[in-house]
Amino acid sequence: MNQFQYLRPTKPKAAIDALARDTNAQFIAGGTNLLDLMKRGVMAPQKLVDINKLPLDKIEKQNDSLRIGALALNSTVAEDKLVLERHPLLAQALNAGASAQLRNMATVGGNMLQRTRCHYFYDTALPCNKREPGSGCGALEGFNRMHAIFGFSDKCIAVHPSDMSVALVALDAAVLVSGPKGDRRIAFADFHRLPGDTPQKDTNLEQGELITAVEVPDSPFTKNVHYLKVRERASYAFALVSVAAALSLDGQTIKDARLAMGGVAHKPWRLSEAEKSLIGKPATEATFRQAADIAMRGAKAFKYNEYKLKLAPNAIVQALKNAASVA
Amino acid sequence: MDNEMPPQPAAEGCGHNETRRNFLKQSSLLTALALAPGPILKAAEAELDETVAAAFEKVPLKLDVNGKKYKLSVEPRTTLLDLLREQLHLTGTKKGCDYGQCGACTVHVDGKRVNSCLTLAVMQDGKKVTTIEGLADGDKLHPMQEAFLKHDGFQCGYCTPGQIMSAVACIREGHADSEGEIKEYMSGNICRCGAYPNIVAAIQEVKSGGQKV
Repeated sequence: MNQFQYLRPTKPKAAIDALARDTNAQFIAGGTNLLDLMKRGVMAPQKLVDINKLPLDKIEKQNDSLRIGALALNSTVAEDKLVLERHPLLAQALNAGASAQLRNMATVGGNMLQRTRCHYFYDTALPCNKREPGSGCGALEGFNRMHAIFGFSDKCIAVHPSDMSVALVALDAAVLVSGPKGDRRIAFADFHRLPGDTPQKDTNLEQGELITAVEVPDSPFTKNVHYLKVRERASYAFALVSVAAALSLDGQTIKDARLAMGGVAHKPWRLSEAEKSLIGKPATEATFRQAADIAMRGAKAFKYNEYKLKLAPNAIVQALKNAASVA
Repeated sequence: MDNEMPPQPAAEGCGHNETRRNFLKQSSLLTALALAPGPILKAAEAELDETVAAAFEKVPLKLDVNGKKYKLSVEPRTTLLDLLREQLHLTGTKKGCDYGQCGACTVHVDGKRVNSCLTLAVMQDGKKVTTIEGLADGDKLHPMQEAFLKHDGFQCGYCTPGQIMSAVACIREGHADSEGEIKEYMSGNICRCGAYPNIVAAIQEVKSGGQKV
């Protein structure tokens, strides 16, 4: 690991100032991804700003939402009574991610900022436009089993690895940030970005901006929810495809629905059109299959990830069946 | 008990470290010039009311490890795992992958199990760390250690300290109610010898024995 300057401020303003003045500085919270990347030489910040002393770990009920501090641990959020009661989909997604040890370290803010696990990004001997802009995308014509089927560009076909983020985008969450220019609120769907010509940018955060909290609005999605994660072993692996499904049912009729996928794009992939197609319909496999067909419009596979074109719609149907308790 | 470790002497005047130190000083010179006013002053300006260390400086660190209190001085890039093994000579905690994928480095920090390879020692300032060496009560093995012996929960033994630390936490967290739950919550600990069935059996026995872990 390269050497770096280490700072441990106790006030958010000091943390933001420390980063705003230095483009080669990084915040560190759990460190579970950043230190991994630093050991491999993928990232080499000259300054680390340890934000663990900032008072940003509370989970609080607000008027019409739940506010989860950026430094709340993944394990704490997944077991929090308010979260389980109001947003069980988020708890399920969190528990599907990483291992018990990592969930005890990783924070909410860090989870959404984790980098792709694309092998070409991780291997500094190979080309990657995300790691080294202009060097090319090794995955495009390479080993692309894990890669995107939606929203990619010819510069990058990597996927975002977070499970938590798939649930948060489905639940219409918002990200609260503080920065050198003040505070702002970013809709979760606009937080991560597609690669386009600048895949080195994962999110729309600006230099020096610090995530302070996530707000999840109250919703009727407290019961019929399911996070389905399909991976190569039963636990502790990144998703090939994952689906966050949430239904609000009136008897067997779908009143409202939320649907998002992970492992298929550079950002958590919300399926708004498919959601609309579910509303007013009976909660049956036929309805779910139709929604899955709509969800898959525009999907395109590469040499080694064609299986995702079948796996993804089947996972959507299964997640919706599980959410609705349809056998 | 206050087992105070003397701060590491600055590396001047000791063999290859001196060369390294000088190299760092030289290579830091440009940074230092660019940084004027120095980092500390700059920090005061930015209300950095806590620790500030330049890349080549060591940071003071207070840690309670297995009930002993340490006052240490560490380079910021030292992981908790390397501190335990290299500076405190607690080599029970193992380095497997060093990337948070295998769980061999699992220790408890303030009662929570974590991968000690993926956290910096300086980030644990003031915390309580328990390693495999701190689990037994003197000569009396912890029930989980006994159960691993009884059920043959290992072959080569390299992953075992991490498995045992994780297993104890698994029960304390309340995630050991069924075989399925144990497998899910132990998935962060890889055993290349494949002793998994015996590890699960050991955890189930301790859990059903109802002893305090």
